[in-house]
Amino acid sequence: MVPFRLNGDAAQFDDGERDTPLLFVLRGPAVGDMTPKLGCAREECGACRVLVDGDPAYACTLPAGEVEGRHVETAAGLDTPVRRALLESNATQCGYCLPGIIVAAEALFRLNPQPSRAEIAAALDSQLCRCGSQPRVLSALLAAGGE
Amino acid sequence: MKPLPPALAATPSLDRWIRLTGEGGVIASTGKVEIGQGILTALGTIVAEELDVARGRVQVVSAHTGHTPNEGVTAGSMSIETSGAALRQASAWARRLLLERAAARLALPADSLTVADGEIRGEGVNEPLTYWDLADQQFDFEIRHRTPEKDPSAYRLVGRDGQRRTDILAKATGPAFVHDSDAELHARVVRPPSLRHRLTELDVDVAAPGRLVVDGSFVAVAHPVEFEAERLARRVAGHARWRRIGSPPRGFDIDESRRETAEAFPLRNGVPSPVPRRRIATTHRAAYSRPFLMHASLAPSAAVAVWHDGALAIECSSQGIEPLRHVIARVLGIDPDAIEIRHVPGAGCYGHNGADDAALDAALIARAVPGRRVLLKWSREDEHGFEPLGPAMHVEMGASLDAQGGIAAWTHDVYGFTHVARPSPRAPGVDLLAARFLAEPFQPTLARPALGPEVGIHRNALPIYSFPDQEVTKHFMPDAPVRTSALRGLGAQGNVFAIESFMDELAHAGGTDPADFRRRHLQRDAGALTVLEAVLDLSGGLAGSRGLGIARYKNRQCCAAVVAEVSVDPETAEIRVPRLWIAADAGRIIDLDGLTNQLEGGAVQALSWCLKESVSFDAEGAVTSRDWSSYPILRFGEVPEIETVLLDHPERDPLGAGEATVGPTSGALGNAVFAATGLRIRDLPMTPDRLRQVAAR
Repeated sequence: MVPFRLNGDAAQFDDGERDTPLLFVLRGPAVGDMTPKLGCAREECGACRVLVDGDPAYACTLPAGEVEGRHVETAAGLDTPVRRALLESNATQCGYCLPGIIVAAEALFRLNPQPSRAEIAAALDSQLCRCGSQPRVLSALLAAGGE
Repeated sequence: MKPLPPALAATPSLDRWIRLTGEGGVIASTGKVEIGQGILTALGTIVAEELDVARGRVQVVSAHTGHTPNEGVTAGSMSIETSGAALRQASAWARRLLLERAAARLALPADSLTVADGEIRGEGVNEPLTYWDLADQQFDFEIRHRTPEKDPSAYRLVGRDGQRRTDILAKATGPAFVHDSDAELHARVVRPPSLRHRLTELDVDVAAPGRLVVDGSFVAVAHPVEFEAERLARRVAGHARWRRIGSPPRGFDIDESRRETAEAFPLRNGVPSPVPRRRIATTHRAAYSRPFLMHASLAPSAAVAVWHDGALAIECSSQGIEPLRHVIARVLGIDPDAIEIRHVPGAGCYGHNGADDAALDAALIARAVPGRRVLLKWSREDEHGFEPLGPAMHVEMGASLDAQGGIAAWTHDVYGFTHVARPSPRAPGVDLLAARFLAEPFQPTLARPALGPEVGIHRNALPIYSFPDQEVTKHFMPDAPVRTSALRGLGAQGNVFAIESFMDELAHAGGTDPADFRRRHLQRDAGALTVLEAVLDLSGGLAGSRGLGIARYKNRQCCAAVVAEVSVDPETAEIRVPRLWIAADAGRIIDLDGLTNQLEGGAVQALSWCLKESVSFDAEGAVTSRDWSSYPILRFGEVPEIETVLLDHPERDPLGAGEATVGPTSGALGNAVFAATGLRIRDLPMTPDRLRQVAAR
């Protein structure tokens, strides 16, 4: 088995899955974290975003073996001011892009707790949203940084 | 008294709409579905308001055949108007029946009782009765006529700010979408290069526990492990040979030779009519166009199906589970009652995307592996390549001006393909992707012109303005080179883009301020005039690089006006939209935040369409823009700051608003680009290349 940490807890997956993209391992029955989403499988939409040792990564392409012994964080585990701010201001529509946005924003806020609108937009430029909720995501995160 | 809401007349049994739970809760049922617009939150608020219970007590259960009321398709910005009206009236009846029961028990007149959060009090009553004390009989009641509803002036929830969406915590933290369902088998379809290709050869062995499902040219694989299903699909695709049937499409443009094939339907009292088109002489003319557009849902289409003893259970994100059930039954040759469909959310779809197709795909695979729960997902390439597209449009405008620079005569000729191809039991064909590929294929419905008011191609072709003379004509072309169907707003986006651009052109031609020019012609719709003034107040007017657009959706729903401000990079010719202002009148506001979110989301999507989006094809008719690089959409760094003002009318019924801003935003953008550059962009999208082309003319 390949050990790693998921949102602070010990987790593992089968040795045979080292080459499987992390996204499928996280969402598979052994781990069962459904927050990273399958969107494009080619690092274009950001729906699969996770943090690996604090850095944002595309789980749709990252071979699972690369997270051996490392800490993976997903939207499910990020009960942080960033996630709360987004939820409290209904900063989404369909919600499919939301977990990825939470992860990407969390990565920014750990480095820069009071980002400007432009800095937030730049950090989230990897994240696609088709419903057009970007303006309220930006406003919610700007407010979160200001508090 | 007004008649019952149609949805309630169709399903008059109160228990089908409202039930009380043993735990102090209320379950409200709707046939409408959540497509990311917060509709279930808003419907729950309507129920809580009318019943006088706390919002948290109400749980809304959404479309599930045989369980929830049949409310057809969730589309056209109609859910609040139709399901909201039905649930409001059903809740008023539930409250009335509960108060009558309480009155009998307390020996007090029902109209002397008061309710707060389901607690019923009256003169001399020390221990209040609750709804749940009285709910042992549920309702068992048929609604035959209306009962009075709460006066909106007494509302404490509806229209108030601070409502939280009831579904998004789960979406941020756990499984919530059909894609997240548990499954015994994960499935993928192996698609041909295009709709016109059929399988000629497939020489491949698939070892257990993998499965290969082939029916004619429908090829699919399944595997208990999801990633193995992906790998299997790639391997099988490498062994499949296809050939094109029939001739390749004759181009994708609505050029002159194609327009000559169109059938003309001048609008008479708003209805496309088979009468000769009146020729009106015009001195100003301009033609506008939009390309084929994608829904481009962020999630690839998906569905769950399990086949058990000749019966099929499906979970999918279709907007119309009831019609879908009948059409799938036809393809499988089984009784529609043998199919149960439950709606489970997908990503936002903005119209008829691949969600229905995925349900049939999953059903076909499930039938081949009886008893196994199958979760089918499309790939990104196939989502972009096979979803029904929003049709291209071509709009020719004409006008003549009077001596004062006002419009004396107006012509509007809109050419397009069908916007209405959802699967339907009433349609002669089967409008589901896989059906045409089966060994015994079902052909799609031959497109016919939709001849109701405000449908498809001619939605919002009638101007909001009053002119002394006008002729508005729908031109229907049956031979779409690709599969097309409903995309947010249907024809309203192309028509309003043309109308609002042309109004701006005429204002400038007559030397009139574009806002004044609209005021002059906006005589018939006083509400629209108020919305116009509101957006001008909010934005501070049209000075600088700003443009205006206004329309009333379907000429009877939400009225929205938009001011856009642009900047154009002189080096790259890239158009940026730093700021946008929206004013809207959607009648009574149910959910202030949800309404704002819809209006702003529609505006951002329209900016994305207008600035970036265009489906590309090869000569064979295959879509070549199969990923987010070749079909880019607006990104975080490109969205404007938006300010929105809503004009609340508690005395009126609420009006659907999800599609109201797409047209006005498109017009405002083009007009702002003209204000900034002096260049009139009449063909979407307004890419840097397009801007350079127009500048070079």
